[in-house]
Amino acid sequence: MDQKYPFSQSEAGRHQDLNKLTNNGKTMNIINIEHIAKIYQVGSEEVHALRDVSLQINKNEYVAIMGPSGSGKSTLMNILGCLDTPTHGIYDFTGVNVSQMNDNELAKIRNKEIGFVFQTFNLLARSDALHNVELPLIYAGVPGSERKDRAREALEHVGLADRIHHKPNELSGGQRQRVAIARALVTRPSIILADEPTGNLDTKTGEDIMALFNDIFELGNTIILVTHEEYIAEHAKRILRIRDGLIEKDETVANRYIPKKNGASKI
Amino acid sequence: MKNFLFELREGLSISFRAIRANKIRAVLTTLGIVIGVTSVVLMSTAIKGIDSAFQKGVASMGSDNLYIDKWEWFNNDIPWWELRNRRNLTMEDYTKYKELAKLPVASAPTVWSTQTIKYKERTVEFILVQGTNSDYINTTNLNFDAGRFFNELESSGGRQVVVLGSEVAKKLFPRGDALNQEVKIKGHKFKVVGVLAEQGSWVMGNFNPDNQAFIPIQNVFKFFQNQSFRSVTFNVRAPNSQMVNEVKEEAIGIMRRVRGLRYDQANDFSINQQEALLNQIDKTIGVIQIAGLFITGLSLFVGAIGIMNIMFVSVKERTREIGIRKAIGAKRRTILTQFISESAIICLLGGMIGLILAIILSLVINQFLPTSIQIDAFVLAVVISILTGVISGFAPAYSAAKLDPVEALRYE
Repeated sequence: MDQKYPFSQSEAGRHQDLNKLTNNGKTMNIINIEHIAKIYQVGSEEVHALRDVSLQINKNEYVAIMGPSGSGKSTLMNILGCLDTPTHGIYDFTGVNVSQMNDNELAKIRNKEIGFVFQTFNLLARSDALHNVELPLIYAGVPGSERKDRAREALEHVGLADRIHHKPNELSGGQRQRVAIARALVTRPSIILADEPTGNLDTKTGEDIMALFNDIFELGNTIILVTHEEYIAEHAKRILRIRDGLIEKDETVANRYIPKKNGASKI
Repeated sequence: MKNFLFELREGLSISFRAIRANKIRAVLTTLGIVIGVTSVVLMSTAIKGIDSAFQKGVASMGSDNLYIDKWEWFNNDIPWWELRNRRNLTMEDYTKYKELAKLPVASAPTVWSTQTIKYKERTVEFILVQGTNSDYINTTNLNFDAGRFFNELESSGGRQVVVLGSEVAKKLFPRGDALNQEVKIKGHKFKVVGVLAEQGSWVMGNFNPDNQAFIPIQNVFKFFQNQSFRSVTFNVRAPNSQMVNEVKEEAIGIMRRVRGLRYDQANDFSINQQEALLNQIDKTIGVIQIAGLFITGLSLFVGAIGIMNIMFVSVKERTREIGIRKAIGAKRRTILTQFISESAIICLLGGMIGLILAIILSLVINQFLPTSIQIDAFVLAVVISILTGVISGFAPAYSAAKLDPVEALRYE
């Protein structure tokens, strides 16, 4: 691993700092959020899901977003994932202001730039693993043979080369989540957005999945992890704690938990 | 465009998977469309069958013919009592007309009488017996199965000879040995000199030559009706259809002279044309068409509502799937395409089943009514079913397309 990726953990950290200053001193933020708020109208009542949130996330960061239910963390995740737009404020994503985009523009961004991993896997039940992974490429307009190759490659990377024609109900929970991760990776997105990815898995399987995320991170990907479990959050290098629609704390993980490689993935 | 094709293909493959996953539901849903398409296809072929039968029937009368008659066939402006009070057209009128008319190919006087014809113990009733002369055959397109039409000698001599329509001959002589036999019409013996070939224009009923018999005109006056009570109709054949109007003009001039009309007197005869008959038929068929298609259209409409209903259910059930698709980049158009193509496929399957059913049913109906399913019925079924699918699938598909991905993903 060290030969492939010349930076040790601390060096990788420094590398990030260098990254920030490239491009003529302009910071290379993938995500730049300024004073966003999200207000829902529930009946006659206004609900402030997010009050005033500003944050930056750089390339190749590993960020966990934590918070109790009702804190606004889901809302923040939806906005980060371009599934929703803020009521106020600016969301600059990969240099593009997406805060006022319409449905179709957002769909395009999600398709190209964001890989989603959900707690409940959210695979298409009637399609096999290969087709599930192909799906984002279909929407991106990638031609058939290239699409199949890339999907197969992504499945190989998550260690499911021998399961490509299995349907979700023929796979274990961990395998399903791997398919979902392959689907998230296949478009080579700018960020991977994982919403409680281990929530429906047992501890052992969850740990495997976290190891896989670590591998993906070490390949240079940017990962945003939404969780309410402290020990899962500690896999990340930075934790954002949300409460009552505000960022309560933005901390660097001093003693990051690095999962053991278990050989399940080929990365 | 390329993207759209990918999406369409994906949409189609999803549709097939969805239909396969819900077989019973798909079958039940399709039933409405099956019935709708079956009835539309059957109705349109039936109407076409009726129409072509009428056309054929009219054509068998000869397309270049005029009929000089006391009566106006499709009268809209002359009061009926005026027609009734007209003097009858007589054989003398005919003789004078024939002498003076230069343009027609042939002309023949006709009167008819409904009679019963007997041969030994066999009887056919309500046969239209036409009295005419030997020129009659030249005003028609009739062919013979056996024998010939009566000749001038037989005609002018008032010989008791008869030419039978094919249906009449078949009923009286099932073995087909009618020629030279003697049949009895109202107790009078007539020798069969000819049997007509089948015309097959069922739609003309008793006016179909198949159900008629032809005898020299004197015999009608002698045996069935007194000449003074009957008006004679002159069948006049023009050399070709372009000449029909000239023949008509000539006929008007001659007839006015023959009837001794002053310049200020209106015609006391009518010159009827097939065209009037055709127009009437077209009008009637138009009405049948509109009524028929409206009724069958209703059944299709009911089917379409069924499809719409089931598509709304399908969208509701697959809310989460729609959420997933949108999350990973499906645009509104993508979702719209997916659901519309699903509904179009269900309808197309229904349409195909309906078409097969219509073909089978038309074979049954063919026993009573000459229908034939043509290639355009196939096109009709395909177009109608796809169109129904697209139209009835649009509202549900649109509701799916504009689902909020966040809401949809949260849907249990």
